Amino acid sequence: MAEPLHALTALGHAAPKTVTIGAVSIIERFDVALASLAIRKGREAEVRALAAKAGLPLPDPARFAAGPSFSAFWVAPDMWFVEADHSTHEDIAGALKPLFGDAASITEQTDAWVRFDLRAEDLQGLLERLSNVDFARAADGFASRTVIEHIGCYLIRHGAGSVTLYGPRSSAASLLHALEVTAHSIA
Amino acid sequence: MSQQNRMSGGQIDRSRTLRFTFDGVSYEGHPGDTLASALLANGVRLMGRSFKYHRPRGPLSAGSEEPNAIVELRTGARQEPNTRATVAELFDGLEAKSQNRWPSLAFDALAINDRLNSFFTAGFYYKTFMWPASFWEKVYEPIIRRAAGLGSLTRQEDPDSYDKGFLHCDLLVIGGGPAGLMAALAAGRAGARVILADEDFRFGGRLNAETLTVGGKPGADWAAGVVDELRSMPNVRLMIRTTIIGAFDHGIYGAVERVSDHLAVPAPGKPRQTLWRIYSRRALLAGGATERPIAFENNDRPGIMLAGALRAYANRFGVKVGERVAVFTNNEDGLRTARDLQARGVDVVAVVDARRDGALLPGIRHLKGAEIVDAGGRLGLRSITVRQANGQTETLDVTALGVSGGWNPNVNISSHRRSKPVWNETLQAFVPGEGGPAGLVAAGAAAGLMSTHGALVSGQKGALAALGELGLSGASDTIPEAEDAPVSITPKWYVHSGKGRAWIDPQNDVTVKDVKLAHQENFTSVEHLKRYTTLGMATDQGKTGNVLGLAVMAGLTGQTIPETGTTIYRPPYTPVALGTLAGRSRGKEFKPFRLTPSHKWAEEQGAVFVEVGMWLRTQWLPKPGETHWRQSVDREVLATRKSVGICDVTTLGKIDIQGTDAGAFLDKVYCNTFSTLAVGRCRYGLMLREDGMVFDDGTTARMDETEYVMTTTTANAVTVFRHLEYCRQVLWPEMDVQLISTTEAWAQFSVAGPNARRLLEKLVDQDISDAAFPYMAAGNITIGGLRARLFRISFSGELAYEIAVPTRYGDALLRRMLEAGREFDAIVYGTEALGVMRVEKGHVAGNELNGQSTALNMGLGKMVSRKKDSIGMVLSQREGMNDPEGYRLVGVKPVDKTATLTAGSHFLEIGAAPVIANDGGWLTSKVYSPHLGCEIALGYLKAGDRKIGQRMRAVNLLAKTETEVDIVSPHFFDPEGERLRG
Repeated sequence: MAEPLHALTALGHAAPKTVTIGAVSIIERFDVALASLAIRKGREAEVRALAAKAGLPLPDPARFAAGPSFSAFWVAPDMWFVEADHSTHEDIAGALKPLFGDAASITEQTDAWVRFDLRAEDLQGLLERLSNVDFARAADGFASRTVIEHIGCYLIRHGAGSVTLYGPRSSAASLLHALEVTAHSIA
Repeated sequence: MSQQNRMSGGQIDRSRTLRFTFDGVSYEGHPGDTLASALLANGVRLMGRSFKYHRPRGPLSAGSEEPNAIVELRTGARQEPNTRATVAELFDGLEAKSQNRWPSLAFDALAINDRLNSFFTAGFYYKTFMWPASFWEKVYEPIIRRAAGLGSLTRQEDPDSYDKGFLHCDLLVIGGGPAGLMAALAAGRAGARVILADEDFRFGGRLNAETLTVGGKPGADWAAGVVDELRSMPNVRLMIRTTIIGAFDHGIYGAVERVSDHLAVPAPGKPRQTLWRIYSRRALLAGGATERPIAFENNDRPGIMLAGALRAYANRFGVKVGERVAVFTNNEDGLRTARDLQARGVDVVAVVDARRDGALLPGIRHLKGAEIVDAGGRLGLRSITVRQANGQTETLDVTALGVSGGWNPNVNISSHRRSKPVWNETLQAFVPGEGGPAGLVAAGAAAGLMSTHGALVSGQKGALAALGELGLSGASDTIPEAEDAPVSITPKWYVHSGKGRAWIDPQNDVTVKDVKLAHQENFTSVEHLKRYTTLGMATDQGKTGNVLGLAVMAGLTGQTIPETGTTIYRPPYTPVALGTLAGRSRGKEFKPFRLTPSHKWAEEQGAVFVEVGMWLRTQWLPKPGETHWRQSVDREVLATRKSVGICDVTTLGKIDIQGTDAGAFLDKVYCNTFSTLAVGRCRYGLMLREDGMVFDDGTTARMDETEYVMTTTTANAVTVFRHLEYCRQVLWPEMDVQLISTTEAWAQFSVAGPNARRLLEKLVDQDISDAAFPYMAAGNITIGGLRARLFRISFSGELAYEIAVPTRYGDALLRRMLEAGREFDAIVYGTEALGVMRVEKGHVAGNELNGQSTALNMGLGKMVSRKKDSIGMVLSQREGMNDPEGYRLVGVKPVDKTATLTAGSHFLEIGAAPVIANDGGWLTSKVYSPHLGCEIALGYLKAGDRKIGQRMRAVNLLAKTETEVDIVSPHFFDPEGERLRG
């Protein structure tokens, strides 16, 4: 068998990039697998039971919840994005489908997105320049779709100084540019 | 002498001296000065020229309402025209220039306009330049264009950056004067999230400009104390240098924060200005009031300003505008100026008071029932002529005059949602009316409460009422003691005197005579008055002149002022630079880019990219020695047809459609049938709009019983996804269908050409022989164990596949395919070659999918199944859309193989005149076919299916081209499809 195909990050590098500007760190994550999970019509109770059994949280709207193997955040009615460690769940859709059978529609999303984790003591100053999410009032575990510099993103608040952003993979460079410029303006 | 007009006191920092220039002359000022206050301190009253008559002008105000002192700031790329000297914060090294004058401010050649004023009355441009008509474009317009405009642009790129942001609060307080400070204090102490914004660089509003006391302290000191307390509250955000520019929907306000305008150069990485969108639950308008003048002859002389401004310069900036001062007022507030200046030792020559009643000022010559009929001093005030109550006139030598015609509450923000302000007879001014922005109330002078006490009380009350609505409670703390003088005003709008001009809107040179002319010519509606005279259309938007103008009109029509009404108030409240609105979206960052998985590889090869929506796609890949794009494209086409070519097609929209009703759902959104498609197969699908026109096309594969993968065009990827979501959520919510876009999740490449299979067989782990993987097969495969997808579909007419891997492996797959394809001379082709091959094959694309074409037009009429209902099926059967004489897709070849075709040309019969009645249709797409050795095209031709083999003309009257063409089948290449099934 030939050499396995090498992987490139969304920014076009072999390894993920971390940028620190002032107090803000922008950490590209390349180690998270992602899949969408949508409940098929009339199968909600079944899916919730199967999810509970698999240790996969299905949080309320606008929420993120962490689990032992899988974490998840709400994206639409009856639909979540499920996260897992890429090293153990490279084929995350392949891993989830057997758990839910035909009760849920599962689609691989890993490479549809670029993930940036943002770290600072307080990210309010950065995020108020990027997104209309009321970050200061959002509780930890808040998850929402938002628009950053014309780019549709998901924002998850893990804490005042810890945020995960998912943006479209093809616009990774544009999204990073917006984050960098804004970090400079508050540095 | 430096700063010869500087007095003691004021809120300036004399410990530091700032050096600046105006029109090349050096001056000194201090931190806390504006450009205007510093120039006045140095005895400079002349700061600008008016727009039309080029009249010499000095500042009228000490604030953002300034119409006269409009200057250019800074030099080089940072030069900014039309800025107000009265709000430009002084910094060391500031370079300012006057504008709208030549060769100098003191001697301006175009001041000749002033002599010719009888030709430049209101609406002159509607009446003049009419004859001869031919002169308009060549003579008049160029002259007018040269004369028009105030400042100049450097045409250099702005080197500064601009930021944007979003803020949230319970209470937005607009204005940091006594009302705003009291409101912020009440709400802040109650624990509410408060934003207090003020356009000034110091909170306090009029308290900074007055000698009034609050709670026994000088007003400015009280304000500073409140600001200190507010600053200590984590729930209060203080925003100085921040103008609320407009009220928008749902409690949203626009704000411009001038982050670095008070600095010579912004700090590295810092924006010059930030545009904030403030989401407020409640808002309090505490924007104060603006004084208005009284019009009299030559009332625009430099040195004549609003009475409140005169004392602001004295009290806040420690500047006397002149040695000998007079005041012209119709209200009690004007007397404050006289008192304050006299207390500071300035010679107050007289107070000309239009009111006949009331007490006289002690120690000042107070002329009751008097008015000013003229002013002298061309480049600066020297004298005023006063007509006393007994009719006697007297000329007084003065170098500064303060005029007060009353105060207009700043109702702008409360009227941005079209609420009409209402007239208050006591104040002789408009106050906010009903129906303003939801959640906004006014307080203080903005609400018509003109005393300091009234401001403090209403600020606190307004804030507590707002909090109450939000379920928050605050304490009614003791109101500090402050003056509570009632307003005493006698209406006086303009002085009737001789034939001279009395200015209402000084920047646009609108005079009382102009309003009279508008009335005479029946432009009496306030909106007509505005357009006809340009009243209020200058950069100050008539903040000082509008009410005066409509009061004059009211006097002429016999209507009351409220009957005359106001024009519509619109954002922005003060001028906003376009760069601020653009924010970070400029230059290369104007919009985000989308990069394909092969982008890195293509960059390494020196590819030429084309913008396709936000995508950057490879257009062609030049090889050494290729000097013209056609050489590269021809080579890519020929190499693909000869052996194998690879193209990144990731940009095509991919939508994952799952659910037990997925097949039935597709039957409804596509005009052809998909529920019967076998698992492991794909099919070309055509999607119609409700009106029966073609919406989009693409192939859809059935991956298993309940999962389909749809492909859309690149252009319509988002639109189709949105359409499907609409269908799923709104039209057929009962269906079990789940959708998600996977466009970016998979890197997808087209591999086309006779050797496509042989190349892929070297990489794919499964059997993909024609028997195992026939034409239109689709399925999951592996490449060295890595999951991948393979579709046997062709856009080029060749034996072709589309192969997809998770996007992160796209770059590696492309390199691997090129390595494996070396023995087949595999190449990568771009969108140009893709276009050539699809035209050769007769496939429709964007130019044919133009939103006005039917399946029948495209030769795909039989695809519209009538055995089932689908979107657009019924309306596609309309008679007009099935006209046998209607447009049909045809191929076009020039008779002379060396001739060129022009896209967009129209078909005409041989010998037919090029008139619309003879129009046969048009040529939609044109390429050079290296395979056929000539240009070829597709086109829509009336009854085109019956005209195959005919000879016609392709005529383009715009490009002035005409080519004789043969109408042929659109399938130029391999019409039987033998190659793609090979």
